[in-house]
Amino acid sequence: MSTKHKSLTRTVAAGVLLVALAGCTAPTPWVKPYEREHFADPIMSFNRDPISSVYLDHVLESREGSRGATGAVGGGCGCN
Amino acid sequence: MQLSEARRSRAGEGRVLTPFRRTLLALCVIGAPALGGVLPEDRADVMWHNYNGGDITVDGPAVLVQKKVGDSLAFSAGYYEDMISSASIDVKLSASPYHETRKQENVGVEYLHGKTTYAMGYIHSKEPDYIANTTFYSISQDMFGDLTTVTIGYRRAWDQIYRDIKQPNGEIVNDPTFHERADHRGYTLSISQILTRSLIADFNYELLTDQGYLANPYRKIRYLSPGQGQGFTLADQVYPNTRTSNAASLQLKYYLPWHAAVAAQYRFFRDTWGIVGHTVEGDYTATWQHWVFDGMVRWYTQTHADFYSDLYPYANYANFMARDRELASFTDWTVGAGAAYQFHVPGAPWISKSTANVRFDHLFIDYKDFRNALLAGEYGAGNEPLYKLNANIFQIFVSIWF
Repeated sequence: MSTKHKSLTRTVAAGVLLVALAGCTAPTPWVKPYEREHFADPIMSFNRDPISSVYLDHVLESREGSRGATGAVGGGCGCN
Repeated sequence: MQLSEARRSRAGEGRVLTPFRRTLLALCVIGAPALGGVLPEDRADVMWHNYNGGDITVDGPAVLVQKKVGDSLAFSAGYYEDMISSASIDVKLSASPYHETRKQENVGVEYLHGKTTYAMGYIHSKEPDYIANTTFYSISQDMFGDLTTVTIGYRRAWDQIYRDIKQPNGEIVNDPTFHERADHRGYTLSISQILTRSLIADFNYELLTDQGYLANPYRKIRYLSPGQGQGFTLADQVYPNTRTSNAASLQLKYYLPWHAAVAAQYRFFRDTWGIVGHTVEGDYTATWQHWVFDGMVRWYTQTHADFYSDLYPYANYANFMARDRELASFTDWTVGAGAAYQFHVPGAPWISKSTANVRFDHLFIDYKDFRNALLAGEYGAGNEPLYKLNANIFQIFVSIWF
């Protein structure tokens, strides 16, 4: 095995070891709980008024071919 | 009350709190609207909605109630109604204007255990010619110091499709020779991720499969028939009996220092019928005293289904044939604005917060290969102007938290 290959093997092994060790420890939250006050504000919700967003999703989905991945579950209907 | 807690903090009081108290405060209110691990607030909404466009009017009431029982259980129940009056371009071409009502009821329950939330629900929708039953289940898990919430979900739906016919005496009944079924399954994966103190991301993926009768039984295809009538003849649509679709979306929301928020969203869609769709949306939320204002711009485009055609060259041209405009190529824009006013209800101390809300959206659809066949006599079949749809969507609702 050439020196170049040995060096590459060591680098890969070190990388694998590093990833494995990283997996053994829980990641430290980089945004502390006391730093999350903005997310408690209703204006930061993706779905502040469910009754309104479900309705608008229903109106648009009835007229478009795309569906899903909106984060909401709607009932079926023959709404075309 | 979450809003008042947050506002107090923004007003500067948070700066004099000790780190311990700030942590306690944050733990009390953290991420409730956006993340799992917290049950929905006790809340009731009553709405009136109205859609008007393309000679279709749909309006009706909607009610949604969410209530916690103890610390780990929450129930929800809703009612929704569409009162439809339609003389749309499709109806004028191949059916008769009609009025009908669709009623939908839904119930749901969520159970919180540690950092895991289990949810399930049932939705029942009924209209004279369509009955749909949907059940859904999901599990959410908070992880990585509650910066991440992962949700997996499953839903199953069973539809029964009928076709209405008008009796000689004018009575509208289900056609006894037509009764079809369609089954649906859906699988979802959602990841909500706090990225910075002011930025949150929400990823959603959904796989949907359908099997059964997937067409609209009233709509027709048309094929060229020179010298007859307006130059075309109507015939029944023939859809594939299966459809599988994949959709993935990414939303980002950023908190602005002047108590406002800006959001952006992209969704990619593709299905086995050949439809590819892209959705891009931008939202802005601003606050002023007791008011919250929302603005939204949404752009959507899609390619047509492989078996779609506005006008087939002759009868029985292909195994599958459709002219539903939802399967056509088109681009649409939705521009919307809303306002919410927070007010106090005198004499009702059990109501912790209440808002009056209005929202207006305008939808404009520009079809690329769906023509106004009603004008065939004037322009000739296949040469009619492309159809365009303008619709106004109006919502007014009151919400109370208790």
